[in-house]
Amino acid sequence: MRDVAIVAYIEGQNTSATTLSPVEMIVPVVHEILNRANVQRSDIDFWCHGSCDYMTGQPFSFVSAVDALGAWPPIMESHVEMDGAWALYEAWVKIQTGEANTALVFGNGKSSAGDMNRALTLQLDPYVVAPLWPGFRSLEAMGARAAIDAGTVTERQMADVVSRSLRDAADNPNVLAYGYRDADELLDEPMTANPLRAHDCPAMADGVAAIIMTTADRALEMCDRPAWIRGIDHRIDFQNLGLRDLSRSNSAALASYHAGVTKDKVDVAELHATYSHHEIILAQSMGIDRSTTRMMPSGGALVANPLMAAGLARFGQAARQIFKGNADRAVAHAAQGACLQQNIVAVLEGN
Amino acid sequence: MALHRCAVVGVGQTHHTSCRGDVSIAGLVREAVDRALLDANMTLADIDAIVIGKAPDMLEGVMMPELWLTDSLAASGKPLFRVHTAGSVGGSTAIVAAQHVMSGLHKRVLTIAFEKQSDGNAMWALSVPLPFSMPVHAGAGGYFSPIVRSYIRRSGAPSHIGAMVAVKDRTNALKNPYAHLHEDHWTLEKAMESPMLWDPIRFVETCPSSDGAIALVLASEDVADKMPGKKAWVHSTAMRSEPTMFAGRNQVSPRAGEMCAEDVFRKAGITDPLKQIDAVEMYVPFSWFEPMWLENLGFAPKDQGWRFVEDGVTEMTGALPVNASGGVLSSNPIGASGMLRFGEAALQVMGKAGEHQIDGARTALGHAYGGGSQFFAMWVVGSEKN
Amino acid sequence: MADDILRIRTPIGIDYTWSSGPGSVVYMRGLENGKLIGRRCPACELVYFPPRNGICPRCGVLLAAEVEVGPRGTITTFCIVNVPFLGQTIKIPYVAATILLDGADIGMQHLIQECEAADVRMGMRVEPVWKDKSEWTPSLENILYYKPTGEPDADFDVYARHL
Repeated sequence: MRDVAIVAYIEGQNTSATTLSPVEMIVPVVHEILNRANVQRSDIDFWCHGSCDYMTGQPFSFVSAVDALGAWPPIMESHVEMDGAWALYEAWVKIQTGEANTALVFGNGKSSAGDMNRALTLQLDPYVVAPLWPGFRSLEAMGARAAIDAGTVTERQMADVVSRSLRDAADNPNVLAYGYRDADELLDEPMTANPLRAHDCPAMADGVAAIIMTTADRALEMCDRPAWIRGIDHRIDFQNLGLRDLSRSNSAALASYHAGVTKDKVDVAELHATYSHHEIILAQSMGIDRSTTRMMPSGGALVANPLMAAGLARFGQAARQIFKGNADRAVAHAAQGACLQQNIVAVLEGN
Repeated sequence: MALHRCAVVGVGQTHHTSCRGDVSIAGLVREAVDRALLDANMTLADIDAIVIGKAPDMLEGVMMPELWLTDSLAASGKPLFRVHTAGSVGGSTAIVAAQHVMSGLHKRVLTIAFEKQSDGNAMWALSVPLPFSMPVHAGAGGYFSPIVRSYIRRSGAPSHIGAMVAVKDRTNALKNPYAHLHEDHWTLEKAMESPMLWDPIRFVETCPSSDGAIALVLASEDVADKMPGKKAWVHSTAMRSEPTMFAGRNQVSPRAGEMCAEDVFRKAGITDPLKQIDAVEMYVPFSWFEPMWLENLGFAPKDQGWRFVEDGVTEMTGALPVNASGGVLSSNPIGASGMLRFGEAALQVMGKAGEHQIDGARTALGHAYGGGSQFFAMWVVGSEKN
Repeated sequence: MADDILRIRTPIGIDYTWSSGPGSVVYMRGLENGKLIGRRCPACELVYFPPRNGICPRCGVLLAAEVEVGPRGTITTFCIVNVPFLGQTIKIPYVAATILLDGADIGMQHLIQECEAADVRMGMRVEPVWKDKSEWTPSLENILYYKPTGEPDADFDVYARHL
């Protein structure tokens, strides 16, 4: 395998409801990241984009994103109907074939365009589940209930996760929720989808995340301390909730194993935990010790969840911890689907 | 950079038709998958990773349907990847899957593309009004028809060329049991009388709307070498994109298509495509795109593509047979159409195309495009290792 | 078994809010006031009408200066539509044309009327016919259609690079 590193990360302003068009959201992020890595468009061998039509309500919505790239002369480019983290995976595979050395990947989403709790329901079995319109939050609440009943998660642990995330978010200018609230205070809040309280659910955002990655011969030109991808893997579980133990995530465990997470100490983890209980389930499934690993220093997806970009943002935020020298070994993770159905995990190292 | 070799070792497709009301989306997909696995003498348990592609989710109304299809593909615990690059998606998906092997990452990869247009309302799904445009197009034909008119004006092609391609593809489809349209009554005279739907595009020159799926099993060299059957070695793959509309854009022969062809031929060591390519499976949803793509791909000189058609060069018996399978003009399950081109090219060099086999085909091109003629995906496959 | 249920209908409804983006505001405000406002790319200096998403897709930069274009233009290419489709309110056959407005560097789509479909030509000069002012909204539909001006056709070479 070729050594590949994340050398730059930029996220657009996360907002609760932007009036910008998706293209206008992407353009400045692309300009900024090219500047950050000190490269030209022509230095990018491969572009890959992650987004979802049902987030914007338009078929082929990703097509206009090509307009934001200045794709002339024509570019080598691809798109995944997945979170941008999987766009990063496609680019990583492409670099492994030797057909590209430097890639720019991005994910974007406009959660405010429609009712995402309803739209996400359309991921479910179209014949027997989706027509019931269960609502995505309800499914996640079922997952939380299963974990609580199994004794792997407590409501207090969930509140602790929220308390820490809000506190960390105070240091991150690009979030939609932050504050200083202790667990007792949070546990006094009413339930919105029992056992989930409003703060256990993510702050939905409109946003963009972009990453530049490259091979060993150029990484140091673009970044003082690149985040080397030492392992990366993604796995999926059955969708049918009745076929799964919702108190854990088999696919996260498998991806973590294949990415080599537990081979050494994890300094920092940026997990794409969109609901508070996800963090606890994921850490347990992935073999991450939450007492010794710094969890989501960015505040995580709970405080800003731009759909289809939030997973890639975890990769970017984990890489930032390496860039800044705060960590030597970081774990990045993204998930999609109901109740942590599909997971991608990468181990990033500074050395 | 040394690439790992990759071979197509199994091809499976459904019978394409306007409405497969007898199966679910999952059932349709499994039909293609089971045939591909049978062809490769494998089971789902042998598969390391799955790569799925389809056109917009709104066509069926299922968001990211691969999440749900995991269950019917027994994919739990595996990597499953979803590609969406508009009409070229079937081709792009096969390429992404091939790269999973060419990178040395996996040894047995299953790739799938499908569309079940009858499960949704495509016209509704594709008609979202926006203030930038007048709703005057009346579908894809209305979008591409002015471009065809530009080609005719530029090249001086006579009016019957589109009809000739249509008759050829519909006739070829009679030899393909999986094709959607099996119409044995077409002659050039009759085709010329076919009504103009989107003048200058006649009804016979348009593609049907199909339900269908295709799956390919891709294998690494060590795995493929141990298999007794015939394989299609992937000699090269290429993708290129450009914006849909910009000032001064050549819509008749987009630069992205030219660059993609140059790249795929260069990487396959092909210097004279007309001589070295034995069969082409080209994405031709409207018949006039055959002469247009012949030029764009570098098979014919500028403005001369129509002469190839007129001279019968692209007939099954010609020097450069194009769409022996009947092509998109005879079956169009949108998201699957690109992979059908890639799969049919593989079948040709495997010598497994049945009645529509081109004798002695050793090297074939699979071609797909999408969006406003802006996304291109191509591969060259051969009967021998490259 | 004749009674087997093979198909069910499950209607889906989700409402979306679509943002035009600030880059298109001048274009839509212009239409509301009976003006065709395009914008110039600061890099390649070509004029876009409509200024779709406020960007020059070729250069990947946000469009800048506002430029009034038209109202007259040249048909570069066209389609004669003979197929009825869902929601279509226009009588067939009708002509959907790509029109290069004077002063713009990219064609846009509109209807051609007051002329037999068979008489429409590439290069034909056309001008807009607007709805009554009282009905104007921020939409290109304020223009009912384009009609021939009677000027001589433009030479092919003039518009060939826009095909």
